[in-house]
Amino acid sequence: MAAPPRHATMQSISNGGIVPGTDRQQTQQTQAQLSQQSPGLRVPSNRKTIYDRHLNRSRNTELSRASFAFLFGEMVTYAQRRVTGIQDLEKRLNEQGYPLGLRLLDLLFYRSTSTSSSALSSSSTSSSPPNRPLRIITLLHLIHGPLWRLLFGRAADALEHSVSPDTPNEYMITDNDPMVNTYISAPRDMSMLNCAAYVAGIIEGVCDGCGFETKVSAHNQPTELWPSRTVFLVRFGDPVMEREKVLERAGVK
Amino acid sequence: MTNGFRCISVLEPELIGFLHMRRTRVDKVNAELVTLTYGTIVAQLCQDYDSNYQDVNKQLDKMGYNIGMRLIEDFLAKSGVGRCANFRETADMIAKVGFKIFLNVTPTVTNWTSDNTQFSLIFEENPLADFVELPDDGRAQDELWFSNILCGVLRGSLEMVQMQIEAHFVSDVLRGDDTTEMRVSLVRYIEDEMPPEEE
Repeated sequence: MAAPPRHATMQSISNGGIVPGTDRQQTQQTQAQLSQQSPGLRVPSNRKTIYDRHLNRSRNTELSRASFAFLFGEMVTYAQRRVTGIQDLEKRLNEQGYPLGLRLLDLLFYRSTSTSSSALSSSSTSSSPPNRPLRIITLLHLIHGPLWRLLFGRAADALEHSVSPDTPNEYMITDNDPMVNTYISAPRDMSMLNCAAYVAGIIEGVCDGCGFETKVSAHNQPTELWPSRTVFLVRFGDPVMEREKVLERAGVK
Repeated sequence: MTNGFRCISVLEPELIGFLHMRRTRVDKVNAELVTLTYGTIVAQLCQDYDSNYQDVNKQLDKMGYNIGMRLIEDFLAKSGVGRCANFRETADMIAKVGFKIFLNVTPTVTNWTSDNTQFSLIFEENPLADFVELPDDGRAQDELWFSNILCGVLRGSLEMVQMQIEAHFVSDVLRGDDTTEMRVSLVRYIEDEMPPEEE
C-alpha cells in the first residue's frame, strides 16, 4: 500500500531516535561516516545526544499541568494571529499535531514490544514484527486505549461507529473532558472553536502512519454533565474501506 | 521600592520546591506531552519564519514573555513565598522553586559577578529539549536557541515583580556544547509609578 506523501518525508526523521539493536549500530556508523565527509551536527563531548539516552527514560515522568497549559495556550494564541477564521485555526492546530502522531506511533510500537515480550523471543519468532494494526477496529482500539493513556493517562471515554448507512467510513472517539481544552476559553464569537483539533491532528498522524488515509476533526458535543465533551470524527478514505472489505473476506484480523 | 516584606518563609527553597511536588500530584501531565508540544511549537516557528533562526529566537522569547507575565501569579500562589531580600535570593527562588515547580528540574546557580547582578543557570536536564536534534542545515546549530522561550518566561515573570532583567543562552548541548547555560542580568529594580499627587 502506498504511503501518503505527507507521511513519507516524516518517517525518515522519526526513525532516527527509535532504532534499537543492530539498526542503531548502523546509524552510528553512518554518522561516523557522515562526520568524516561533512561537518554534520556537532555533539557534546560528554555525548548527551538523543542516541545515548534511553527512549523509555521519560516514560513515566510527569510535569506540571500548568506548563502544558501555558505552552498550549501560547501556541493557540500565536496560531490565531496568523489565520482568518475558526476553520483555518483548527486546520493549523491539526497540522501541528500531525507530525506528533507519526512519531508517537513509533513510540507506541517500540514500547508495546519491549514490555510484552522480551527482545530475544520477538527476534526468534522474527516474522511477526510489532503488531501494526491492519484492520480499522484494531487501529481505533490502539488510539482509544494506548495512545490516550500515553498522552492523557487514561483511555478515551467512548468509541462508536456511525449508524448511518451512508457513512460507514465514519467512526467517533469521545473524550468527556479533554485535558487540552481545560484552560482554553474561547471568545463568544468563536464558540464553535475546539482546540482539541490539535489532538485530532495527532490521531490523523497515527492513522496515516499506519497506512490508513484519514481525516479527523474535533467537534463540541456538550452534555449537561460534561460541558466540554468533544467528539473526534474519524473519516477513513475510500481506498481504506475497499481494503477493509478485502481483508475481511480474507479473514485477516 | 523598599524591602518592607522580608522573605516570610522559614523554609529553604529546596524544601518549598519538594513539598510542592508532593502536594500537587493531581495537577500533572505526561512529561512527553509537554516536550512534544514544545517541539511542535518550535518546528512551526521554523517553518513560518522560513528557517530564519534569529526571528525564531525572538518569537520564542516573546511567547515566553507572555507566559511569564501570567505564570508569576501561579508561581506565587503555588509556592507561597514572599518578597526576596536581594537578587541572590531571587536567583535561588528561580532555580530551586520556579524551575522545580514548572519543569521539575533544578538548574545550578553559578558564575556570579562581584556586584551580584549577573548569574548563570546551568541545566543538567532540560525537559523541553528531550528527543530533540537540531536540523542539520549548517546554520541551526550556530543560530537557533531551541529553549529560548525560557529566557522570555524569566523576563516576563520578573518584570511583574518589579525586576527588569535580561536573559540569554550562552551554550546549549543541542549545539554540541558540553553544558546548557543561561546568563541572567539584573538591569534595574522598577520603581512603582505612583499617580502624580496633587500638592
